[in-house]
Amino acid sequence: MTAQPVPAESAPRDVADESVHARLERVWANKPGLWGWITSVNHKSIALRSIITAFAFFALAGVEAALIRVQLARPENSLIGPDRYNQLFTVHGSTMMFLFAVPVVQSVALYLVPMMIGTRNVAFPRLNAFGYWTYLIGGVLLYVGLFTNTGPDQGWFSYPPLAGPEFSPGKRVDIWAQMITFTEIAAIVAAIEIIATVFKQRAPGMSLNRVPLFVWAMVIMSFMVLVAMPFVATASMMLAMDRLIATQFFNPAEGGDALLWQHLFWFFAHPEVYIIFIPALGMVSSIVATFSRRPVFGYTAMVLSMVSVAFLSFGLWVHHMFATPLPQTGQSFFTAASAMIAIPTGVQIFCWIATIWAGRPRFTTPMLFVVGFIALFTIGGLSGLMIAAVPVDLQLTDTFFLPGHIHYVLLGGMVFPLLGGVFYWFPKITGRMLSESLGKLSFWLLFVGVNLTFFPQLLLGMAGMPRRIYTYSADTGWGPLNMTSSVGAALLALGIIVLVVNIARALASEPNAGADPWGGETLEWAMSSPAPDYNFAYIPIVHGRSALWADTGPLEAVSGLREDRREVLETTMLDAEPDARHEHPDPTITPLLAAIAVGITLIWGIFDPIAFAVGGGLSFFALVAWGWPRREKPNTREIVETPQ
Amino acid sequence: MSAMTWAGSIFDTAGSQAERIARLAWFIITVSTIVYVLVLAATALAVRRARARTARGDLADQAPETERRLTRHVLIATGVSTILLLVYVTVTAQTGRAIAWPMNSTQQPLTVEVTGHQWWWEFRYRDSVPSNWLSTSNELHIPVGRPVRVILLSNDVIHSFWVPELHGKQDAIPGHRNTTWLQADRPGVWKARCAEFCGYQHAKMAFDVVAESPARFNQWYVSQLASASPPTDTSAKRGQDVFVQRTCVMCHTISGTPAGSRVGPELSHLATRPSIAAGSLPNTRENLSRWILNPQLIKPGVHMPPNPLPPSEMNALLDYLETLK
Repeated sequence: MTAQPVPAESAPRDVADESVHARLERVWANKPGLWGWITSVNHKSIALRSIITAFAFFALAGVEAALIRVQLARPENSLIGPDRYNQLFTVHGSTMMFLFAVPVVQSVALYLVPMMIGTRNVAFPRLNAFGYWTYLIGGVLLYVGLFTNTGPDQGWFSYPPLAGPEFSPGKRVDIWAQMITFTEIAAIVAAIEIIATVFKQRAPGMSLNRVPLFVWAMVIMSFMVLVAMPFVATASMMLAMDRLIATQFFNPAEGGDALLWQHLFWFFAHPEVYIIFIPALGMVSSIVATFSRRPVFGYTAMVLSMVSVAFLSFGLWVHHMFATPLPQTGQSFFTAASAMIAIPTGVQIFCWIATIWAGRPRFTTPMLFVVGFIALFTIGGLSGLMIAAVPVDLQLTDTFFLPGHIHYVLLGGMVFPLLGGVFYWFPKITGRMLSESLGKLSFWLLFVGVNLTFFPQLLLGMAGMPRRIYTYSADTGWGPLNMTSSVGAALLALGIIVLVVNIARALASEPNAGADPWGGETLEWAMSSPAPDYNFAYIPIVHGRSALWADTGPLEAVSGLREDRREVLETTMLDAEPDARHEHPDPTITPLLAAIAVGITLIWGIFDPIAFAVGGGLSFFALVAWGWPRREKPNTREIVETPQ
Repeated sequence: MSAMTWAGSIFDTAGSQAERIARLAWFIITVSTIVYVLVLAATALAVRRARARTARGDLADQAPETERRLTRHVLIATGVSTILLLVYVTVTAQTGRAIAWPMNSTQQPLTVEVTGHQWWWEFRYRDSVPSNWLSTSNELHIPVGRPVRVILLSNDVIHSFWVPELHGKQDAIPGHRNTTWLQADRPGVWKARCAEFCGYQHAKMAFDVVAESPARFNQWYVSQLASASPPTDTSAKRGQDVFVQRTCVMCHTISGTPAGSRVGPELSHLATRPSIAAGSLPNTRENLSRWILNPQLIKPGVHMPPNPLPPSEMNALLDYLETLK
């Protein structure tokens, strides 16, 4: 590498000349037009459309929540009847958990992880495209159901026998169960991609102890997905079979057991909360480091805390079932496990506070969202201690305390970091900055909104209001708190609208962000904004945990990857030594075909089991097309590290 | 706090179990509030200190002695959290043991089998003498100071039995036979609600709990054991005929008459109950009439069909139902 002047902070930090960029662009670009859109295997194209899809579902679920709050604002309100109300809260919960929260954190990972670890695409790019299409089909299926008055109405937890064939005739629950199958396929393949990418495609020098905390969070989340999701996929399949072909897994009248479902479901659904939450921790770490201008304090402690949260989260599921009931000793075990998970969570909060303490923070919008996260999530965590204590839980479970608690946890613990992340990474994704003043307005509307909406719900729970009721009488005295909660929900909606306006304004403006507007710590800020299709012209060599702070100026880089085909550098798992060059697939339609085959199978399967035979055949042909060998291009170059 | 003495809240206790739970809840709320204030204070201090450093133009602090100091502080905070959590687990386990049974009672327990239905409650009082077995609906009477063993059953979906003034919930799960214990230490009348989502009318699946002195309880029990008194005036007699000749008889029981079906709530002493339609409406003549004419307007989805009776029959029926003391 020839000595060059230190570039301005906002210029890309690579040394490739224009011709290299042009050659790579030719090879890595999507095909033009609609055909290019549906055949893309580029991780950024797919992840971005997945993020947008997830936010669209977030907005739909938000509208459902708003309708719920309008209905509950006054006692004896007759706006929405029980049938529609039950569909609304079921679809709200199912959308937020399965179509928004998990897909959005995985998509953020699929967008950013390859850039942060210095590679050009995710491992298994076609699987990535396939995952998106299955997710989209599953989500559309749920909403076709809702809009045709066939929306699931049994609750997002689908307890049999209520969700069984006898008490939920019709196709509502089947639509829910197949939606689960679609989204679990998508989540599992995304997890596999993330793990393989991080373990095999890190830039040379990024040994495991130099992996950014964000990437650690995503890897840990992915392992959790691989363990947890098969449980719900199995359970939803068993439920679908109970309904379609009269297996009797959950039917007590035929020797099945209603409680079996609850164990299977919560063994997935408790870790699910942490599957959503741990990626948010990764986003918080990125934001805190950059805006405190120092690495997050306690790297090892942070990683080990996330790992222990992941392990412990699998030991908590029974605390959703304390009233079913359980023997005293067993209860104490799960209370203790629930308390134990507070320790690693606390360690992380302490470490961020320490980072700010020793840092030189700038209170930009992303940083405000992080402080808001600490203030809100801590309420979520502490209210969790109330319901982890068996005796108190017996009073509070299935009351409005629970929606209050879970929304403090999920809005405070996941949505706030995610929105901080939107403000933080928006310049990288679009090349444009979001307005700080509108951003701060959004923040305050949302912060006040969350408290105004959900603190009254904590009080309502203690006042004895059960959850999932479509109406209540005036003599309960629950009216004023419910009205307060509904007013808070209006503020939340306003905060989101201001955010949408902010994004629209930014998109209408000229690109102004430069490569690195914040002075970021990790590799995604080394390339131009928006990033080129191939991310890095030359794969950088990493010299420390803070890849971009370790040295200034152009990054030392690896050369030798071919520029006439899609090649990525594979490195060893622990030390990230260059290991192999791997050719990635060109754009292809086969993932979409495979997803359509799966879609036909699962949707038709709601009506007739013959679909599984036909769909199996269709999937076979799609997969044969997918796996059809391509002609090799001759190998012409050797890997060399550029001399310093 | 005024909200906390609300009738029906978990702090409006009428028994030792709910009392112990309320105490534990207050303990957790208090400690949590202190912890929360400390976390916010630490964040605020960190921000202030860092702002001061920024104002001085200093760089971010990564000196080894700072790292050591931060390590010490994080370790102390973690240690304190761990100790607090140990206390929390211990206190919780103690309370859990204490509330498993009503304490300090030497009396013979009363046994009630509770069956949750979509969307009403059935109570069957068990006794060593089978002729003393009593069946009633949507109204649970219990004697003050005597432990009650509640056996929870369901034949349709999962429901949850919850009297916040007395104790936490217990689920009624088809295929399972769950047991919980209650004891009221003071008289009172409370509204209890189903707590597990059970379909369309989960919102309107309540029952009235009446805790009363043992003497009054016995009086109630004896009166409920008796068959419904036969109607005397002509209109009520005609009403009984309406009841046994129209659809009513297909689902309901009135003792001493041919009406003996167990599909819907038992009505032998309907007129003594404070509410109808599983706690949805006060038990008045007008409400009864509205309910019988079209229950779907009041509880959409309820399993009771509309009964478009001509006014004369309706009046007679209401006259009859009002005699069911």
